[in-house]
Amino acid sequence: MKISRRDFIKNGAKGLVGGIIVSSVPSLVRDIAAAASVPGSYDWEKHYWGFVCDNERCIGCGKCVVACKLENKVHWEPEYNRTWVERYVFTEDDKVFVDSPNAGRDGFAKEPISTKYDGLNIRKSFFVPKLCNQCDNPPCVTVCPVGATYKTKDGVVLVDQEHCIGCRYCIQACPYGARYILPDTSGTHFGQVRVVDKCTWCYHRITKGLLPACVEVCPAGARVFGDLEDPTSPVRRILSEKRVYVLKPELGTEPKVYYIGFEKGVY
Amino acid sequence: MEGFLFPNEGIIEWDLLIVIYPFITGLVAGAFIVSSLYHVFGITSLKPVARFSLITALSFLLVTPIPLQIHLGRPERALEMFLTPNLNSAMSAFGYIWFFYLLIVLGEVWFVFRPDIVKYVHSSEGLKKTIYSALALGVYEISEAELAIDHKIVKVLAFIGIPTAFLLHGYVGFIFGAVKANPWWSTPLMPIIFLMSATVSGIALLLVSYVVVSKIRKTPIDQACLRSLSLWLMGFLSINVVLEGLEVFSMFYEAEESWAMISQLITEKISISYIGIQFISGAIMPLFVLGIVEVIGLGGNEKTVIRFLASSLVLVGVFAMRWNVVIGGQLISKSLRGFSSYIPPVFGISGLITAAVIMAMPFVILAVLMYLIPPWYDEAQPARREPLSFGSRPR
Repeated sequence: MKISRRDFIKNGAKGLVGGIIVSSVPSLVRDIAAAASVPGSYDWEKHYWGFVCDNERCIGCGKCVVACKLENKVHWEPEYNRTWVERYVFTEDDKVFVDSPNAGRDGFAKEPISTKYDGLNIRKSFFVPKLCNQCDNPPCVTVCPVGATYKTKDGVVLVDQEHCIGCRYCIQACPYGARYILPDTSGTHFGQVRVVDKCTWCYHRITKGLLPACVEVCPAGARVFGDLEDPTSPVRRILSEKRVYVLKPELGTEPKVYYIGFEKGVY
Repeated sequence: MEGFLFPNEGIIEWDLLIVIYPFITGLVAGAFIVSSLYHVFGITSLKPVARFSLITALSFLLVTPIPLQIHLGRPERALEMFLTPNLNSAMSAFGYIWFFYLLIVLGEVWFVFRPDIVKYVHSSEGLKKTIYSALALGVYEISEAELAIDHKIVKVLAFIGIPTAFLLHGYVGFIFGAVKANPWWSTPLMPIIFLMSATVSGIALLLVSYVVVSKIRKTPIDQACLRSLSLWLMGFLSINVVLEGLEVFSMFYEAEESWAMISQLITEKISISYIGIQFISGAIMPLFVLGIVEVIGLGGNEKTVIRFLASSLVLVGVFAMRWNVVIGGQLISKSLRGFSSYIPPVFGISGLITAAVIMAMPFVILAVLMYLIPPWYDEAQPARREPLSFGSRPR
């Protein structure tokens, strides 16, 4: 059979177009299926999440730290944390002591942690839970050279760990120490190593209508989570009733973790 | 470790590799500026090192990305910087600036050395002839008219190269200066301080390596050139000291919340490398000594030795400055209540050995380049080469 060049090109082009269409069907089907099966049809344009930490309620039990590590497969070692608890001790002679033994993971009730400041003339003492502030104006997102860290429409800052190159500029840029680099041993649900990780406010849970793990387990109600767009949410209620503060407001990062019971010297 | 650190702060994330990166970039920028002082501004006293400084800049420039690359947690994803850059990030500009600068330096090197390369094609044989033919890129025309055009192109490239060198290194300063979370880094003076110290380090490097190479080649050192380098070094070093002093003085004077930590950092944690090496032995002493050389009558040899030693001290001082910025800034906890500590390991990917190997690489490249395209005008080269005729090029 003799095929003219014209036919060859014509048929070849047809085959190519056909091939592209056929081969794209599975991914098209998958996309349509994915769009249809969004759990509870979560629409990220309809939410804007916020967080409240009540320093007057926190009892320093450390359950939040443990829950976070279990829920998010955060490494158990104390140098890898999506959330932690700090203890502040103010003495009568105006000295301030701050610590967070094992990031608060083991609580503060057992010796020697509980007796560390015995003998000091203590005026007051309290705990401060810390986690990612999901800043409205996040410096980490600005500095990421590849756009691996980004802000979602519902106000949460996430890291695409399959894209992160591990330059750690975001760790330098975060004023709150919320970020850390994953060690060589695989952790988190994404199984990535040597990329940056941080608190997501349990994005996988909140998009299904659940609470972040730390909020869920807090026995004292010191962590409150909710939708800033929803006038009936507990976070909105607190923000309209209480005087709140954010960490390092002078940096203009606009944090969305609001603290009740602020004290000078808590950064 | 001392005081309270945020729990995630236990590790110094930007380590020794990130200290040598701005050091190397600074040497590139500084060396290039020396070559431009001759090629653009016609400072003829620098002619003996003009071509040498150009290939020095190229040698260091080629090594610049290496410490960054191997410092990445995921080096295999490095190209994402080009493919999906976040243009809001200062860091994303690195690849583009570096690549653009590489093109300019390569272009300038080629145009400056083209007449030599063409001569070598004719005078060499075998493998060398092949290499030179490849380097000539098929252009063998070296008539006077052609060389005049070359000369103009070199001037344009050197001219564009100056702001690009400033951009390359000012950008490095900006990477640090724009981190508002870090009180020791966050100052708009940072890019200009990096620029000045870059220029200082580049001139010092040229002075040191010009002396060393002359000793190895057993050629006389051009004292006028050495003096010129020394004077330019003093000039830039003076500006640099003033700027670095101004930076810390204004921090002291404004005495913001972070000052308590910064004063503790520079007087205790990094006092040796900051006050001792960066300021005293790396700047004040060399300035003093270089000044004395200008005033009192000394023999050529003594002058050479003193200028050599002073420039070596300056190089160590600038390295200390990089250390004090990169490591010093990370020692202060963002809790403003404690300090971490850092001692570089000997082995490992971020260890002293790796850093030493990276620091040696530009010198190896430079040696190869000096062998292939000798940058010296004095022609103490093998006699079989014909004398060069540059036509209207300045000699």
